[in-house]
Amino acid sequence: MRNVKISVLSGKGGTGKTTVAVNLAKVIDNSLYADCDVEEPNGYLFLIPDITKEIPVKIKIPEIDYSKCTLCGDCVKACRFGALAHIGKRILVFDHLCHSCGACFEMCPHNAIIEKDKIIGGIRIGKSGSVDFIEGKLNIGEAIGVPILKEIKKIINSYNDKIVVVDSSPGTSCSVINSIDNSDMCILVTEPTPYGFHDLKLAVELVRSMNLPMAVVINKSGDEDEIIEKYCKEQDIDVLMKIPFKKEIAKAYSKGKLLVDFDKEIKDKFKQLSGQVMELIKR
Amino acid sequence: MKQIVILSGKGGTGKTTVATTLSTVVKNKIMADCDVEAPNLDIVLQGEVIKKEDFYGKESAVIDSDECVQCGLCEELCRFDAISGFKVNPLYCEGCGLCMYKCPVGAIRMEYEKTGEVIVSKIKNGEKIVYALLYPGADGSGKLVTEVRKKAVELKGESSYMIIDGMPGVGCPVLASATGTDAALIVTEPTMSGFEDMKRVLSVVEKFKIPSFVCINKWDLNEEVTEKIQNYCRENNITVVGKIDFDEAVVESLKRLKNLSEYKESTAYNQIIDIWNKIENYLKKGDVCV
Repeated sequence: MRNVKISVLSGKGGTGKTTVAVNLAKVIDNSLYADCDVEEPNGYLFLIPDITKEIPVKIKIPEIDYSKCTLCGDCVKACRFGALAHIGKRILVFDHLCHSCGACFEMCPHNAIIEKDKIIGGIRIGKSGSVDFIEGKLNIGEAIGVPILKEIKKIINSYNDKIVVVDSSPGTSCSVINSIDNSDMCILVTEPTPYGFHDLKLAVELVRSMNLPMAVVINKSGDEDEIIEKYCKEQDIDVLMKIPFKKEIAKAYSKGKLLVDFDKEIKDKFKQLSGQVMELIKR
Repeated sequence: MKQIVILSGKGGTGKTTVATTLSTVVKNKIMADCDVEAPNLDIVLQGEVIKKEDFYGKESAVIDSDECVQCGLCEELCRFDAISGFKVNPLYCEGCGLCMYKCPVGAIRMEYEKTGEVIVSKIKNGEKIVYALLYPGADGSGKLVTEVRKKAVELKGESSYMIIDGMPGVGCPVLASATGTDAALIVTEPTMSGFEDMKRVLSVVEKFKIPSFVCINKWDLNEEVTEKIQNYCRENNITVVGKIDFDEAVVESLKRLKNLSEYKESTAYNQIIDIWNKIENYLKKGDVCV
């Protein structure tokens, strides 16, 4: 059986994406939580998984074989990212700029480029109670998290019949696209402030451009929800849940607690959310 | 001119609140919003747009279907799975050009793609703010950050300071917002994730050998984690320049889209002034009195 994929995204950080993703994963039977926020994966702080496997993620970067290299410079010309430079009798490789595209390797007329592995981060796999857990983490200062996201996808595909909750990267860049593509449902978490509204619109635009179904969850909900609700109505997007703005919730979060573990009312809300999402997917 | 970058490890810690408040506290400066994926500075400062420039951040391959002989080599070679059915999906194309180099009939060309805009606006006091808009799904935010900073330097005039609202995260755009600055102010919050993210962003800043200052926003939300953050900073010789209360005035100002400086009596506002005084003192005299 194929997995069902629910992605949680937010336009930007700090709106409660991880809060929604971990709590949702917790109330769903047979769920798999995948933390794709590879720059700042925080889901583990709440789910406290037992890690059973760690896999390094490698990319290919070029190395010059000077026994063959004639310093012709074709590789430097081919690289459109400025990752290679011809200086004196050397070809320098700036691996932080390398996109691992293979252009230098393919274009070298003398087969003088060797592609060697470089570790850019890793993936941890484990279990938190009944929730299967996957997390990707990019090493600090590395430019591109996409190779890690691709590996995570492969691992997700090795599972069957799971409800996968993806905690996406923040923002609206290519990392988000790689986290959420092929989702059966995208949950956009927002907060009812003018900033939240602004960022929500960007996220909606992104999800639309990918032709994916979506729904909204309002976090830090209060008496200003109107600005979000009005927009969602106009755009024909369902608002599925509201998490109230309460200091106790902020406090629980700060201690790394799951909301569904300490607040019965919120647990019911998350159960209801998972039901609604599955309903929408079936439709 | 001294450049100060505000960073946070992740979004939502109060980076923009601090930045917008500094916009009224710091005199004679230019502001650069380098959070190009979700620029929020201008929303509250409500500047008047005076200039917009298109930004062509990335090349993308384009296949000329009249020339294409459908050999499939490009699809086979592309490491980003950006080509299928003899068409390029620009969302996945990295612009490396390999397909173009290798196409046996020369049917592929590279085209610059418009991926965003760099915008200059003028705020009430006559000062300028530079920000950008990266189109959703576009790549190359690091380049756009660099472009925003370039533009801000161009327009700095006689400014004494440049305040940079940085990108969240620890990746390449963060490096682009922090490189070459004189100081970094890291806004963190006393949560487990806030603490973890702060450690990660500090290790990024360390690479640049610029002094970093930490301020703990909403510190009273969890005094235990605040204590942990302070201990960590002490052990690592990082100055905690201030703590900001969990203040209803901040929530109000965010909701009403007002600058925190309109709440002159609020503790949070006064705590931010205090933070700036310490940083300015450091920038002028090279030491910080805490």
